[in-house]
Amino acid sequence: MDLRRWVQLVATALTNAWWLFPFGGPVIYGGRLKSVCAPGLNCYSCPAAAAACPIGALQFALASIRPGLEVGRHHFGLYVLGLLGTLGALAGRMPCAWLCPFGLLQELLHKIPSPKLAVWRGLYPLKYVILALFVVLLPALVLDEFGYGATWYCKYICPAGTLEAGLPLLAMKPSLRGMVGPLFYNKLAILLLFLVWMVASRRPFCRVACPLGAIYSLFNKVSVFRLTRDDGKCVRCKACERVCPMGVAFYEEANHTNCIRCLRCLKACEYGAVGYEIAGSPPPLPAKARPADAP
Amino acid sequence: MRRRLPFVLLCLFLALFVLGVTLGEPEAVFEKAVAICLSCIGVG
Repeated sequence: MDLRRWVQLVATALTNAWWLFPFGGPVIYGGRLKSVCAPGLNCYSCPAAAAACPIGALQFALASIRPGLEVGRHHFGLYVLGLLGTLGALAGRMPCAWLCPFGLLQELLHKIPSPKLAVWRGLYPLKYVILALFVVLLPALVLDEFGYGATWYCKYICPAGTLEAGLPLLAMKPSLRGMVGPLFYNKLAILLLFLVWMVASRRPFCRVACPLGAIYSLFNKVSVFRLTRDDGKCVRCKACERVCPMGVAFYEEANHTNCIRCLRCLKACEYGAVGYEIAGSPPPLPAKARPADAP
Repeated sequence: MRRRLPFVLLCLFLALFVLGVTLGEPEAVFEKAVAICLSCIGVG
């Protein structure tokens, strides 16, 4: 098992570190760590969750602006936005590859033997539409009679919420089962669609529908840590694309919005054409010598 | 500019983060995160 898989497992375990719920503790964790947002997509109503979901927290902040202002509470989601922007400015989509529990789930499901399918590139912009509509505009603008918006992405789309919170809580709390209706079945259908798709395709949710990945991706070309391609060394053998968990054709575009900086291409390139830079400067230590560099 | 822009963005978002903390936003995140979110379950 490589270093990234270990980091993913540790990050998933830390994000979901509350394991008292099966033994008579509270159904969900209620400690102070819940005021901290996890860097990956992880539902805060998951019985094991020890941190908050940044997308849920962002929607809630936007949905509560007007009633907050009426009682003198000036909350605009700056804490969550600042946190995500700081991580994005440092490393772009790197948290997707190294720290996101839902990303880990997708990579593990894709190991199941099955016919494998490519993801149509025309679907890639959908994640920005979901971010703009369901995470920002609808929660902020569609308000009830008390001035509150709804968490539209959680309510109508999020498959992570259905998997990590919906199904476990319905199993643990029979009182909730009477409330199950079309809304739940709609979300369950979305979850099942993605679970099947995850087996057939590489990280389809990240590539097509993840609003958190969409936010981080905006920083890929301007982050402190960036990947570089040496056109003089690249022979377009497509080894980078074959190992990429997001199916990015690195030989066509370095720092594509779907590049999650897993660094597998760095290892896979036999010609030393893939490198990285820190804020436009080469790394302090020279990259490992490649066969093509050897005298 | 290519070298400065990442640090400009980093400072900008760090400032937003600090401002959010100063305004007490982590407490609002906490209040939301410790209650079962019926929307997340798909029943609310």
